[in-house]
Amino acid sequence: MNPSNYIVLSAVLFSIGAVGVLVRRNAIIVFMCIELMLNAANLAFVGFARMNGNLDGQVVAFFVMVVAAAEVVIGLAIIVQIFRSRRSASIDEPALLKL
Amino acid sequence: MTTGAAVLAEGAASVQEVMPATGVFSWIWLLIALPALGAAVLLLGGRRTNTWGPIFAIVMVAGSAVLGIAMLLGMMALPAEERSIGQNAAQWVFVGAFKADLAFQLDQLSIAFVLLITIVGTLIHVYSLGYMAHDRDRRKFFGYLNLFVAAMLTLVLANNFLLLYVGWEGVGLASYLLIGFWLHKPSAAAAAKKAFIINRVGDVGLSLAIMVMFVTFGTVTFDQVFGAAGNANEGTLTAIGLLLLLAACGKSAQFPLQAWLLDAMEGPTPVSALIHAATMVTAGVYLIVRSNAIFDLTVWAAGAVIVIGLITMTMGAIIGSAKDDIKKSLAGSTMSQIGYMITAAGLGPIGYVFAIFHLLTHGVFKAGLFLGAGSVMHGMNDNVNMRRYGALRGVMTATFITFMAGYLAIIGIPPFAGFWSKDSIIHAAFEKHVVIGIIAMLVAGLTGFYMTRMVAMTFFGKARWEDGVHPHESPKVMTIPLWILAIGSTFMGVALLYWGNIESWLEPVTGFAEAPTPLPELAYGLITLAIVLVGVFIGWRTYAIREVPIEAPRGSVLTRAARAELYGNEVNEVLVVRPSFALSRSLTWFDTAWVDGTVMGLANTVGRISSGLRRTQTGFARSYALSMVGGAVLVALALVLVRI
Repeated sequence: MNPSNYIVLSAVLFSIGAVGVLVRRNAIIVFMCIELMLNAANLAFVGFARMNGNLDGQVVAFFVMVVAAAEVVIGLAIIVQIFRSRRSASIDEPALLKL
Repeated sequence: MTTGAAVLAEGAASVQEVMPATGVFSWIWLLIALPALGAAVLLLGGRRTNTWGPIFAIVMVAGSAVLGIAMLLGMMALPAEERSIGQNAAQWVFVGAFKADLAFQLDQLSIAFVLLITIVGTLIHVYSLGYMAHDRDRRKFFGYLNLFVAAMLTLVLANNFLLLYVGWEGVGLASYLLIGFWLHKPSAAAAAKKAFIINRVGDVGLSLAIMVMFVTFGTVTFDQVFGAAGNANEGTLTAIGLLLLLAACGKSAQFPLQAWLLDAMEGPTPVSALIHAATMVTAGVYLIVRSNAIFDLTVWAAGAVIVIGLITMTMGAIIGSAKDDIKKSLAGSTMSQIGYMITAAGLGPIGYVFAIFHLLTHGVFKAGLFLGAGSVMHGMNDNVNMRRYGALRGVMTATFITFMAGYLAIIGIPPFAGFWSKDSIIHAAFEKHVVIGIIAMLVAGLTGFYMTRMVAMTFFGKARWEDGVHPHESPKVMTIPLWILAIGSTFMGVALLYWGNIESWLEPVTGFAEAPTPLPELAYGLITLAIVLVGVFIGWRTYAIREVPIEAPRGSVLTRAARAELYGNEVNEVLVVRPSFALSRSLTWFDTAWVDGTVMGLANTVGRISSGLRRTQTGFARSYALSMVGGAVLVALALVLVRI
């Protein structure tokens, strides 16, 4: 199979994720879309590693997974806190710092 | 120029060799240190010194007086050419070629001032003990008085102009603090500021004179400057002379800087007696006489001194004749008498001695008159309006007798002190020019008039007291200084002239020359006396025989002008105050419109742009995300385009 298909898939997934971040209001879904974008990037890394025949891309993919896991922990915690205090998971509502 | 050469020789002769200080003279610094210590203890010690502070202050000044008398005796024992004694207490300013030391010079002129300041100062300190007995801030008052004495002694004992300047500013400060001593009165606070600011104009003259001296002679020490004065060109000397005259005008309340002295009477009366009659205001005379080597060499500056003296002498007498406030009338008289001294100082070697002679006798009798006025006020509930006095001679016998001694001294009735000193000046004035002599003589007549007016309104006539005023004699602590000053007013003239031989005593410092005059001295004395008696007669007829109205009548144009202090304040207002206000207002306008306008305009522009940009910050996380994505896409496109 041609490895460039993986790159195309990755670009499609990334675009879906980006559009999801931009158009959805629910914080959980926005969050899932971010995860989707991260994993699209991972897919691209792995695909490039395959095309280049070395393991550098795979190593970076592991790093991204670790960072993503940490990010999920913090991000979910924030979302839960916001939901507890405001009874809503919309990301348009928390705009308290705006003048 | 034969006369110039002769004058030059005289000028050079007036610089004496300075002897090192030994024996009692090694304590010269202590003269200043004692009152300075008193001031420091009283002002820094705070309320703890309230009980014993005033006594301590008196002891300090009296200590200086005793030391001064000891030095006079020591000096009298020395031969005439060894009477100028110098003491270098400490190195002070030493910058490149500029050198000024904390060094003192005690000579025949300084010792006369030292004795006047310390003895009259001690008497006034004692008097204040009674006068200020009920004042809450008594301690502070005595601290300031001591500060004044220390500064004034620095002024007269300095051996260079810079140290003199320190004393000069010190007395100005003390004068400011004491005029405004009752600062809860807005008029007193304003008077203090006025005195300080007008004095500042004169001080600029002194500081410029010192700078010119340093540039010309490379030194500011008296003996070096005066020794080298003959080598400078006349223009420079005239400039120095005129600048010194400006300084003297400020400190001695001479025309055109005379306006502060009458307002200075807002201060407590002992202050008026010590600072604004006997000592500080005569500092200008001291400055001119001390700088005689310069004034001898410049006809223009010396002429200006005479003109200023004559103008002030006349102005002061006219103002003194119209004021109903006893202290202001005396202040006008002080201006007039200092005018005499300044005129005498301008006459050159024939006048210096008599300027100092009159200064000493005036210091004593005017202090006595002021303290007498204070004693009257003390008995009259601090009322100063002479129209509410009258017939006090029976109630205040001691004040009356001592005041009369001062009165006879100031109008110049022989054998009282003023006769000898003022007639010497009038005589010397005739030697210089007949016009100067005639003006001085006529002003003597005016003196007779205004002093008679004052005495008649206060002690004679009918009682015009306000309701509830019960005049009483002042306590002994106030009358004893009055008696001592009265004795001085009576005998000091004869004593200094015949027993003290003041002419030959001061000659080594000031030079002395006697020029022939067409009439014998006695004739001038008799003519002056006749004019004075005419003044006395008019004064007596108007204010003792006729009834004095309680409300001042409108009076003639001259009377009204004199009451308004000859419009000195108005002239200042128009010539100085309003232009300064206009200038500062236009500067303020420039500052707000242009300087602030530029800065504020810039800031406002930035602010407006910023608030425009702020609209992009919506607070919606998704719009931020959109801009990030947009940016990333743009960057990616750019990279791709660059590749291609």
